[in-house]
Formats: sequence, C-alpha cells, structure tokens
Amino acid sequence: MATSLNQTVFKATVPVMFGYIPLGMAFGVLFSELGYHWLFASAMGIFIFAGAAQFLAVGLLANQAGLLEIFITTFLLNSRHVFYGISLISSMKAKGWRRFYLIFGLTDETFSLLTSTQPPEGTDRTDYQLRVTFFNQSYWVLGCTLGGWLGSQISFSTAGIEFVLPALFMVLAIEQFRHLRRAMPFVMALVIGLLVLLLISRDQMLLISIMISVAVLLLYRGGERWNPYRT
Amino acid sequence: MESVPYLIAVIAVMTAATFLTRVLPFVVLYKVADHPLLRYLGRFLPPVMMVLLLIYSFKNEDLFSNDFLPELAGLFAVLVLHLSMRNALVSILGGTGCYMALIQLGGFA
Repeated sequence: MATSLNQTVFKATVPVMFGYIPLGMAFGVLFSELGYHWLFASAMGIFIFAGAAQFLAVGLLANQAGLLEIFITTFLLNSRHVFYGISLISSMKAKGWRRFYLIFGLTDETFSLLTSTQPPEGTDRTDYQLRVTFFNQSYWVLGCTLGGWLGSQISFSTAGIEFVLPALFMVLAIEQFRHLRRAMPFVMALVIGLLVLLLISRDQMLLISIMISVAVLLLYRGGERWNPYRT
Repeated sequence: MESVPYLIAVIAVMTAATFLTRVLPFVVLYKVADHPLLRYLGRFLPPVMMVLLLIYSFKNEDLFSNDFLPELAGLFAVLVLHLSMRNALVSILGGTGCYMALIQLGGFA
C-alpha cells in the first residue's frame, strides 16, 4: 500500500514542488556567488530548511554579521512558526524521532498542507504527515542543490540576482498587510529602520531597529490599553 | 571572504534558531498561547520584521541617489505583480528579472 500512499502524497505536494524547486534554485544561485562549495547550499536546505532564513543568510554571510545578531534575526523572522505549532498540537500524534522530524520540517507550505489535506482512508495520520514533510524537504534540497551547482558552473551574468532577497521580503510584507490590515507596524518599522540606518549605524541597523521596534510596540500597546476612548 | 568555519557556525546558529521557533509551541508555549501579550506580538512583530529586513537588504545602498532607481523599480514591479496575480514565485522572479534587466541592460551602474 506504500506505493499508493506515496502517489497520494506526491499529488498533494505537487504545488509545493513547483514553488520549492525554482525558489530553492534561486537561493542556490545566489548562495554560489559567495564562493563557497555548492554542497553547502544543499547542507543549508537539509539543516536550516527555511526559505526566508536561507535567503537572509546570504546577506548576513556577505556582511560578516555576528552570530548573536544572526540568531536573534532568524528567530524573529521565523517567529510566525510559533503560531503554526500551536494550531497543530492536537492533530500531531507522532512520538520520538517522528515527532522531532515533523516539528523540524514545519515550513509555511508544510503547515498549510497538513492543515488543509487529509490522509487517505485507512492510512496512519502520522505516516501521512511524515511523508508530506519529507517530500517537501526533498523538493527544497533538490532546488538548493541544483541552484548551487548551476551557479558554480554557469557563465551568464547573474548581476542583480541578489534582488530576490528584497523581493521576497516585499512579498511577505504585502501578505502580512493583507492579513493584518493595519498600517501602524509597517509605518513604524519604516521610520525606525530608516532613522537607525541613516543616523545611528549601518552595520548594527538590524539589531538596534528590532530592539527599538519591540519597545515601541510594547509602549503602543500600553498606551492603547489605558486609552479610555479606544474602540 | 569564504571562511568555512564561519559558514558552519552560521548554519548551526540558523538551524538552532529556526528549530526553536518550530518546537517552542510544543514544549512550553501551548500553556501561554492565549496570553494577550504573546498574541499581540504574534500579530505585530512579523510585519515589523519584514519591513526592517527589506530596509536591511539595502543597507549598503545610497537610498537618495539615482543609483537606487532600479531597486525602486524592482520593488514596484513586485508590488504590481503581487497585487495582480498573488503568486509569490511570479512576484519574486518577475521583480528580480526586472531589476536584473535594468542594471545589466539599462545603463545603470
């Protein structure tokens, strides 16, 4: 029965494949510009397995960012995952290494598949969830590897390919705005980010801006709570 | 520039930080998931991060010179593509293609 389950899982994950392979390849090509061996692009797909974080890694590596800055930025960039986990707790019955791998592989796309598709009649839910996660990671690692290898071989000009990083953040920001429908955090972050960049520090811009933004968010919330006229 | 120990350290740190965001709800946060402060930060912090990272990716550019026009055009292309088609891959690759064409063919330095 394993074959038919694999076929079902493959069909369910085809849309993810069409997203992960090209995006993974874009990452790999971008990464190859740093001059490291292309196998490290595969390693990042295997171990980190997070699209936005890996694109960000290329920028951080190029800037020789500090490890603490990298840790905090990655954590906050991926902090949306926290809310995925919360909504999956009840449907995740796996134990041991299976549970470890399911949690490790909980990307945006895996999350949306696991919450929107059902295992076929008579199959084990954990088995289905594991295969979906593994198929998705395979597409991603394949894309990263192909891109990293291709980037080390090709000779056409890739000048400007680094734009995939701001383009990705732009898309994520638009998606966040559709979801939130409030201008405040966007305007606030734009003002704080630009002021810190222009007036305080180019190199420490990210960490300083994050700290100021969190402080402002907490103050803003405090202000809202005590405002008797709020709606 | 390509220091392998540094790269391995960065991969390890990013692996740990990413895994932490995925495992936290299963080990501790399910108890406090409904805390209003956590929900508030969960709603407002991701948009803040996206905007800060967007600015960070241009941190070595001169934002107020003509050299920045291709970047603005690329971002505008991403915006238009994403609002019209809402396909992340199309928006990212289309915007990047637009930017690459501008700097390679358009006479921008």
